[in-house]
Order: sequence, then C-alpha cells, then structure tokens
Amino acid sequence: MCAQPAAPDDPTAGGRVVLDARDIARALTRISHEILERNKGGADLVLLGIPSRGVPLAQRIAERLAAVEGIEVPVGSLDVTMYRDDLRLKPARALLPTQIPPGGIDGRTVVLVDDVLFSGRTIRAALDALGDIGRPRAVRLAVLVDRGHRELPIRADFVGKNLPTSLVERVSVRLEGVDDLDAVTITGPPPGRSDQTGGTEVRA
Amino acid sequence: MKRHLLSAADLTRDDAELVLRTAAELRSLADRPIKKLPALRGRTVVNLFFEDSTRTRISFEAAAKRLSADVINFAAKGSSVSKGESLKDTALTLEAMGADAVVVRHGASGAPHRLAHSGWVRSSVVNAGDGTHEHPTQALLDAFTLTRHLGAADGGGLDGRRVAIVGDVLHSRVARSNALLLQTLGAEVTLVAPPTLMPVGVGSWPVETSYDLDAVLPKADAVMMLRVQRERMSGGFFPTPREYSRRYGLDGRRMATLQDHAIVMHPGPMVRGMEITADVADSPRSVIVEQVTNGVAVRMAVLYLLLSGADLSADAPLLPTESAPA
Repeated sequence: MCAQPAAPDDPTAGGRVVLDARDIARALTRISHEILERNKGGADLVLLGIPSRGVPLAQRIAERLAAVEGIEVPVGSLDVTMYRDDLRLKPARALLPTQIPPGGIDGRTVVLVDDVLFSGRTIRAALDALGDIGRPRAVRLAVLVDRGHRELPIRADFVGKNLPTSLVERVSVRLEGVDDLDAVTITGPPPGRSDQTGGTEVRA
Repeated sequence: MKRHLLSAADLTRDDAELVLRTAAELRSLADRPIKKLPALRGRTVVNLFFEDSTRTRISFEAAAKRLSADVINFAAKGSSVSKGESLKDTALTLEAMGADAVVVRHGASGAPHRLAHSGWVRSSVVNAGDGTHEHPTQALLDAFTLTRHLGAADGGGLDGRRVAIVGDVLHSRVARSNALLLQTLGAEVTLVAPPTLMPVGVGSWPVETSYDLDAVLPKADAVMMLRVQRERMSGGFFPTPREYSRRYGLDGRRMATLQDHAIVMHPGPMVRGMEITADVADSPRSVIVEQVTNGVAVRMAVLYLLLSGADLSADAPLLPTESAPA
C-alpha cells in the first residue's frame, strides 16, 4: 500500500503519532532479525522495496542485515503500477523506478518490503509483477505497519506494528530521505464530513 | 495529459517530461525475459495507416502489444478505402468495433484533428504523421534520445542544448513537431535548409534559421538530418541531387567539425548518399538505430498515459448511454 504520498497533511497538524523515529528503528531491527531467523541466515536473500516508501525501508533493513551477519544483501525496487487492478478507476499514474539487482531473483528468497499493508491489492500486484521477472524460490512480505482491512487472502510474514484502524482513518508513513523526518501518524476523518462517503475516498 | 495526441504543441513541459520519464522506466522492459505488461489488457488499439510506414507502424504495434492491448492493423491499400470509402465511414466502422485508441497516419495535414474533433469516434486519437504537418511521437522519441545523451543528470530537460535540423524542412512533419517540442523542453533549435525548402511563415516558429550548414555544425550539440521527400515534390526545389548533397548533406568532412559530444540523428528512412553518407550513418556518433529502439518505449508511454487511466473527459459518458447518433 502506498501511504498516500500526496496531501502533505502539514506535519504539525498531522494527527496522532503512533511510531516515532526510535520506534521505527527498533521495529526494523526486529524485522531484520526475524528475516535472518526465518531464512536461517542471509544466503540467497533479495530485498525488493515497493516505491516510494518501501525502497528506503528495504535499504535500512539491508544495512541492519549487513551489521548483524556481515553480508551484503542485494536491494532493489519493484514498481507495481502497471499491475494494479484499479488502473482504470483513476487518471493515469506516473511510473516509479523498478530496479532488479544484477543477480536477478531466480531461485532466491525475495522479501517484498512496503510501508503499510491495507487491502492487500498492492501486494497482489507485486506478486504478479514478480512472476514476469523471474521465479523466486520463495516470496516473503515485510511491512512497517499492518492496518488491517484486507480484501484479499494475503498476510505479512514480518510486521513492524499491527495498528487497528477504522476505514475512515488515514495512516501516513514519513521517512527521512523521502520526507523530512521518520514518523507514522494516524489522521481521523476530516470533521464535518460524513463517514460513509469519506471511507471510500480514503481507501482508494 | 489531454485525451488525444495530435500536435507536439499540445504538450506542456510537464506533459512532455512525464512522457519521457515514463518512457525511461518502460525502456528497461526490453531487458527483461518477459517483455509484457498488463496495463492495457482488454483495450483495443487500431493502427490506421493511409500512408506507407515501416518504423512507425511496427513501433506502435510492438508498443501496444507489450502493454497487452489488442491491435488491429489497417492499411489503406487492400481495404475499402481503395474502393472509395471516406475517412468518416472508415472512422464509423472503427467506432462500431469499439476501438479505444486510433493511431492514424494520413497524407492530408489535419486528418487526425478531424478524426478527433468530428464526433465520429470516441477513442483517443494519436497522430502518427499527417501530411506535412506534424509527427508528435517522432518528436518525443527524438527528445528522449537527446535527453539520454545530452540531458542533465537528473533526467531534466534540454535547457540550452543546441539542435540543428537540416534538410527538407518544408515537407517535414518531423521538423515541425521537433521544433515545437524541443523548444518546450528548453533546447535551441536551428533549421538549416536551402531557401526553397524553408517553409513559408517560418519566422513565426520558435526557432532560428540558416542557409549555411557549415556555420551551424560547430555549435550544435545534435544534428538531425531530414530526408528529401521527393514523393511530395513536383518541381525544382534544387538544381541537382548532387548539388543538394554537396551543400546540405552530412559527410565525414562535415561531421569532423562537430563537437566531441555531438550526436547525429535521422528519423528514417535514410537515403544514403543524399542527405547523409554511409560512413556518417554507420559512425559511432550516429544514434539512428537507438532512435528506433527508443521509439517503442516512447510510444508505450504515450499509449499508457492516454489509455490506462479513467476517462474523465466530459464528452465521454461513463454509463453506456448509447444510441446517440454516431
């Protein structure tokens, strides 16, 4: 799920902070250890971030893997725009970079990294995109925030924080490099707006 | 972006840069084992070619197929057009078949505009060359090729780059589209042609003009050679082909006066020995083959941006309220 990168809901008025910079750092460190534990080491791992904010997360996880195990895990990015199921519901979108590491993904364990897991449709698109690039031995999913409300049978293997939300709330992830600081915030529905109609807008 | 791509002048700088950025992402597709994306699944693209074409038609066909669209190729030869069918009736047939985009090449300047604005079809219309008017996707692929070789490292525009467009400017739709688009992207364009092959009213174009190729070459960052379109000529525009190529052809001697980083382009088809010599066409400075490769990525970008999104234009009802007289 791309945490709506537009609408720079100005950082001061930006709702309730649920994860600050240190929380995010701790979550990523734990995820990194879990990946190593699950994979029994760092062999044949490839980290693919889903743009835009999955990419810096993947890079940070790779740094931690390097610090813990002393291995260089290839990091890339995977744009799923062309594989989305809602292409025809919105104006055409700009593509974001896809960068597959030189070794490819065939026979390796790919860990997809994204910021927020929501409906699961982005991950469905990512699985389709992976299928056109190669045949990984296994695909895992790491997300910083799981906010629930799945619409497809998809789950994350590694979760930074489970965040129960209502459909009308908005979760926005800001990361240094893309944004000015590290923070995960929840914004409620705009006051004076009917919840029913607001919900569908936020979900798209 | 607008719903149609009829003229390079329709593109704002933001539009043009969006196409070029999208094309840059799509170009990497050529290196993948599966050269296909599902973005236009279930959409139909009709290639409507009333004039001969090799590169453009194949390039549009490859672009549409790589985006998973269904492609119908229509060539005027061997169709009912040779029996006297009008553009309107051809268009109504396409509309009845449910085309989502019509890529049209026509010998008459303005035919794509007529197709787009007459109400005959509801599809997006892409101009693939109309008469001596415009050829916007060629200009986009030329701009894409230029940015890859000369553009700023951040993928930005062509600010301050000097491009010389040389040859039969009068009959060239490529020259007009390039002049408009490259100016939009910040480049300085100089048209070089004999006085007889300079279009009337060129003073109103956003370009400089010159009759002296040798004076322009040392300052150029890129030289774009144009074919002399003899099929559109019915009179003496220059005394002899030999004299033309001596004054306006690019040969090894002239190429040596270019700056080290300058590139040589040609939209094709080339007439070797006329506007460009074989040694120049095959030299390392020549990016002519790369232009063709880039053409597929650029046309994919155009089709994707025109077709993939929701149809938000007011004149196309979302609900099938058919039965309006087509």
